[in-house]
Amino acid sequence: MSELLLLVESKEGLLDKTTLELIRGGSELAKDLGIDAAAVVVGNETSPLAESVASYGLKKIYKLEHPLLKGFQPEAWAGALEWLARQITPRIFLISHSFVGKEVAPRLAYRLDTELTTDCLNLRIDPQDGLLIRTKPIYGGNAIAALKCAGLPQMVTVRKNAFEPMEKVTTKSDLVDMVPALDESIIKVKSLKTVKEDVVELDKANMVIAGGRGIVAKEDFEMLAALAQAMSKSQGKVMIGCSRPVVDKSWMSSDRQIGLTGSIIAPDTYIAIGISGAIQHLVGMIRSKKIIAINTDPGCNMFKVADVGVVEDYKALIPALVKKLEESA
Amino acid sequence: MKGINIIVCAKQIPDPEVPFSNVSVDVEKKEVIVDAPNVISPYDENALEAAIRIKEEMGGKITVLSLGRKVSDTVLRKTIAAGADALILIEDPAFERLDSNSVAYVLSRAIRKIGAYDLILTGRQAGDWDSGQVGLLLAELLGIPSISLARSIKIKEDRVLVEKTVPVGYEVVEAGLPALVTVSNEVGELRYVSRSKMMGLLKRPTPIPKWGAKDLVDDLERLKKIQLVELSPPPDMRRACLFIEGSTPQEKADKLASFFKELG
Repeated sequence: MSELLLLVESKEGLLDKTTLELIRGGSELAKDLGIDAAAVVVGNETSPLAESVASYGLKKIYKLEHPLLKGFQPEAWAGALEWLARQITPRIFLISHSFVGKEVAPRLAYRLDTELTTDCLNLRIDPQDGLLIRTKPIYGGNAIAALKCAGLPQMVTVRKNAFEPMEKVTTKSDLVDMVPALDESIIKVKSLKTVKEDVVELDKANMVIAGGRGIVAKEDFEMLAALAQAMSKSQGKVMIGCSRPVVDKSWMSSDRQIGLTGSIIAPDTYIAIGISGAIQHLVGMIRSKKIIAINTDPGCNMFKVADVGVVEDYKALIPALVKKLEESA
Repeated sequence: MKGINIIVCAKQIPDPEVPFSNVSVDVEKKEVIVDAPNVISPYDENALEAAIRIKEEMGGKITVLSLGRKVSDTVLRKTIAAGADALILIEDPAFERLDSNSVAYVLSRAIRKIGAYDLILTGRQAGDWDSGQVGLLLAELLGIPSISLARSIKIKEDRVLVEKTVPVGYEVVEAGLPALVTVSNEVGELRYVSRSKMMGLLKRPTPIPKWGAKDLVDDLERLKKIQLVELSPPPDMRRACLFIEGSTPQEKADKLASFFKELG
């Protein structure tokens, strides 16, 4: 029971930034406890990723390889990680609060008979008992809870940006080959096909123009598109986003949703149109440098967090604004 | 398959759409105080909507299972008005402030008590603690396959076919029944329940069966409470808003345009 273990994730074949954040956070916790920090790479061919994660000061990298671990099948990954955890009995297990993490962590925690805390913002060690103190937002971010759980490994998923990414070091981690005992029979959910869609990555935008419940018709998003077009001449990359009710109405796909269960973004400029400012939405955009709110209700919450506000019907304001921007361009 | 037996797990929570000014934190008592009416947690409403659509297509029965304290019967009955057939409330002081593992355990006991089922639907996460664990834990406890983040659910003979949201788009997966599926908001909002329908239902309310610890759990030691070390208010998010004034929309738009000009 000596190591801190973290799960390595990749994005388009490359090491994901959230993994570097876990390495930073994990290395500090391991240092506080006087234990080693290690990572596990999962797949049918783990060498390239294991090589790239070996330069960040971890003691060991476990290469967990098996033909069934090709792609990402949650039951196979949970099964393989359960096998590894039983071999090496880690004291702490850190996983990103990512798509993979949300799928794997609860299943794994159950199988290891431990308790998981998801979506943590901060972690520290209680000097009294050596347990993890897990800080996470609750009630959509209206309160911050710090909690402790029994059980080993101490297991959490960690929110993106909770720690600064780790920098490279000159030493290399030891690579350890591990072949889990896995059987096809553990896979009960069969993947028939994956359909790629044009997924919008809102975190790449300089400006995001978002519509909410106050947008009364689907067609009105064309006004927002016209505004985005006009803004793109001076504001860099401009993208259209929305709050949750718009996705619920199927007017937009969920990759455009901003908030606790959508994207959490920090663009230079955020324009909120017809968004009242429920806290779970605010969590997703509050770190924007400039926030502009357009709403007919002067008392709405979005104005309380905005730098600039306009109390006006968007149907009158947006076309006038587009016209003015185009005249002066 | 003729007629499907669906259980929807639905949690009642204070309305998460409430303005943040209505929420405060009692640091001493480690409690969040929300000045808002109770609602069904939004993703659980999505799960109920998914269940109703399946039932409309192939017939069957929907049982709503709700674990909570101080819940409003009226809010629960909205699920019946929308299309559920039966309602069971799980309530006991011993079930308060349980951690995710224990909540899943109590639900699993209730589901075993219900008996036969084909499909269990839950929201992808609850709108208060946002843990997103209970559904998957429940499936593990029951030993059935689980699929998360569904945006569409279809039943084909004895299998469930799910389109689930993945980072690059969506994935079509299938599993044999019985299975558990967690539902995301892409499924769609819970259908509108008219006031008259709701009022009609409330005039002759059917009693809601209530199950407590003695009905469900032999070994109370197995239940673990959330161990809160500390509860604090969030960092202040407020900014000083400069309101752009004007007598016409065009005047406001002109002023706003010059603001953007300075930005760009």
